[in-house]
Amino acid sequence: MENDKNLMTESNDEKFITLVVNEAGYKTLSNKMNNNRKPYEPADPSKIKSFMPGNVPEIFVEEGDQVKEGDRLLILEAMKMKNILLAPLDGSVKSINVKLGEKVPKNFILIELE
Amino acid sequence: MSIKQKTLDLKKRMQGALLGGGVKAIEKQQSMGKMTARERIIALLDPNSFHEYDLFVEHAARDFDMDKKHLPGDGVITGTGTISGFPVCIYAQDFTVAGGSLGIMHARKIAKIMDHAMNLKIPIIGINDSGGARIQEGVNSLAGYGEIFYRNTLASGVIPQISVILGPCAGGAVYSPALTDFVFVVDKISKMFITGPEVIKSVLGEEISMEELGGARVHSEITGNAHFFAESEQECLQQIKKLVSYIPWNNTKKADPFPKKAPKIRQYKIDDIIPTDPREPYDVRDVIKSISDDSEFFEVQELFAANMVIGFGRINGDTVGFVANQPLVLAGVLDVDSSDKAARFIRFCDSFNVPLVTLVDLPGYLPGIDQEHAGVIRHGAKILYSYSEATVPKVTIILRKAYGGGYIAMCSRHLRADFVFAWPTAEIAVMGPEGAANIIFRNEIKNAENPEQVRQEKVEEYKKKFANPYVAAAHGYIDAVIEPGETRRFVVHALEVSSQKSELRPSKKHGIPPF
Repeated sequence: MENDKNLMTESNDEKFITLVVNEAGYKTLSNKMNNNRKPYEPADPSKIKSFMPGNVPEIFVEEGDQVKEGDRLLILEAMKMKNILLAPLDGSVKSINVKLGEKVPKNFILIELE
Repeated sequence: MSIKQKTLDLKKRMQGALLGGGVKAIEKQQSMGKMTARERIIALLDPNSFHEYDLFVEHAARDFDMDKKHLPGDGVITGTGTISGFPVCIYAQDFTVAGGSLGIMHARKIAKIMDHAMNLKIPIIGINDSGGARIQEGVNSLAGYGEIFYRNTLASGVIPQISVILGPCAGGAVYSPALTDFVFVVDKISKMFITGPEVIKSVLGEEISMEELGGARVHSEITGNAHFFAESEQECLQQIKKLVSYIPWNNTKKADPFPKKAPKIRQYKIDDIIPTDPREPYDVRDVIKSISDDSEFFEVQELFAANMVIGFGRINGDTVGFVANQPLVLAGVLDVDSSDKAARFIRFCDSFNVPLVTLVDLPGYLPGIDQEHAGVIRHGAKILYSYSEATVPKVTIILRKAYGGGYIAMCSRHLRADFVFAWPTAEIAVMGPEGAANIIFRNEIKNAENPEQVRQEKVEEYKKKFANPYVAAAHGYIDAVIEPGETRRFVVHALEVSSQKSELRPSKKHGIPPF
């Protein structure tokens, strides 16, 4: 809370970044929010991810199975709810990356379709 | 019994109640590096000014053998006092009594002192240090919180509300501070969260410490829930005293004036602060200090969204609220967080008769998919809303860049600034020269033999023509182009002539700001 500190000192020189806004680059310092920004990942419906951490008490398919849109793939148990994950598209099961009863973190790719 | 005996009996009863949770619990509180609730109140208020009420309130829990327990004052201390002569209502949760847990009588004591504050039209200060709802009291405990939130909402914009987090403040309890105007936190002591680390671990399997989840630093830097960060309880209490000196008792009054003082112009040389290259950074707080009384600036939310600077200062003895883009951090862009930060402060100032002085130097909004998806439209709109809505005197000074939507948002004439001044270094344009030249002269650049050279020429051409304050001045959108050294004189005069300002607005129940 030192109010009189001067951030424009030379010791800051290496911390300056260039921020581009409307094609002009500005010399400036970053902040926590900016440091934590993650590049955007477009949604890929063929990758079935865990939408929250949980465990997998049941898997309905095997690798190589043909599935239709709406078929049951597996159960993700999270927040005391058994969530049935359905196939979002027609295709075949390319890989299953989770074992029965396994705990998975958030955004873990459970099943890949193709 | 004689009066003497009765008085003795009173004293004995008081002594018991004043001990709170007892000597052992007090020692435990102190061993954690924390003051007790009573020590905090006494340290904050003027000597001998604290008057306590409801000392003999008894808790109302009857289940789970609670009826056999005695909880002095039901775990909260309430009363009135003064801070540098300024009257306040105050309550402090006493962690030594049942962990400061909130039961219905505890809540009623808080509600009662809040009602006092509203009737007396003086600020309310709440010191939070509580384990949360008293589970044994069940739904009565929830009712207690609800009564407090309702009062917080009614008091909003009528009396200043200050929350001090000096311990845990978890679950529903966090919403009272969230509804108040200023939240003070202390490193390693304050903890705020809705669901704690244990629940998060058992439900989600994610491990995090209390400090990382909801410590003082997190709420000061990341969430923006806190407004003032202190290293110790003592520093925190000093910050509260300082804040109180800048704000009025209630929304019908102005803050008490202080003796007029000139800025320290030898330390803050207004002519030397700003680099002429609009892409070079500087600390805008130096500009604020070059025009405020005694070069004092009391910054609010210093660590959160530092690309926007907000805080209190004085001009000729009277409190003003400064809002300024900070070119030093993220080039001073508007984004989700900085918009929220400025908008809320503007509304505080407008509610409590604090004139707004806005300093403008920004390239526009922060570009990025994450910002768009986080709702920069909805959040950015809050600044437009709060400036347009504000009827306190509004003075704007454009220091350098004022491009595009950023120009409009930063209290432009169009949002009804009373006075807009610009330095000769100001660039008021629809966008920066680089971007504008690329659009306007796209075909010429594309078809040129040497596109890069033509592009450079066109950027220069645009700069000469539009990167100045005179185009906007020609339309009357700014009132005067002024030398930097004249800034204080112009601001002092603008506020002097605006002191009786009154602006009528269409009558309505309330507006619908883009929350």
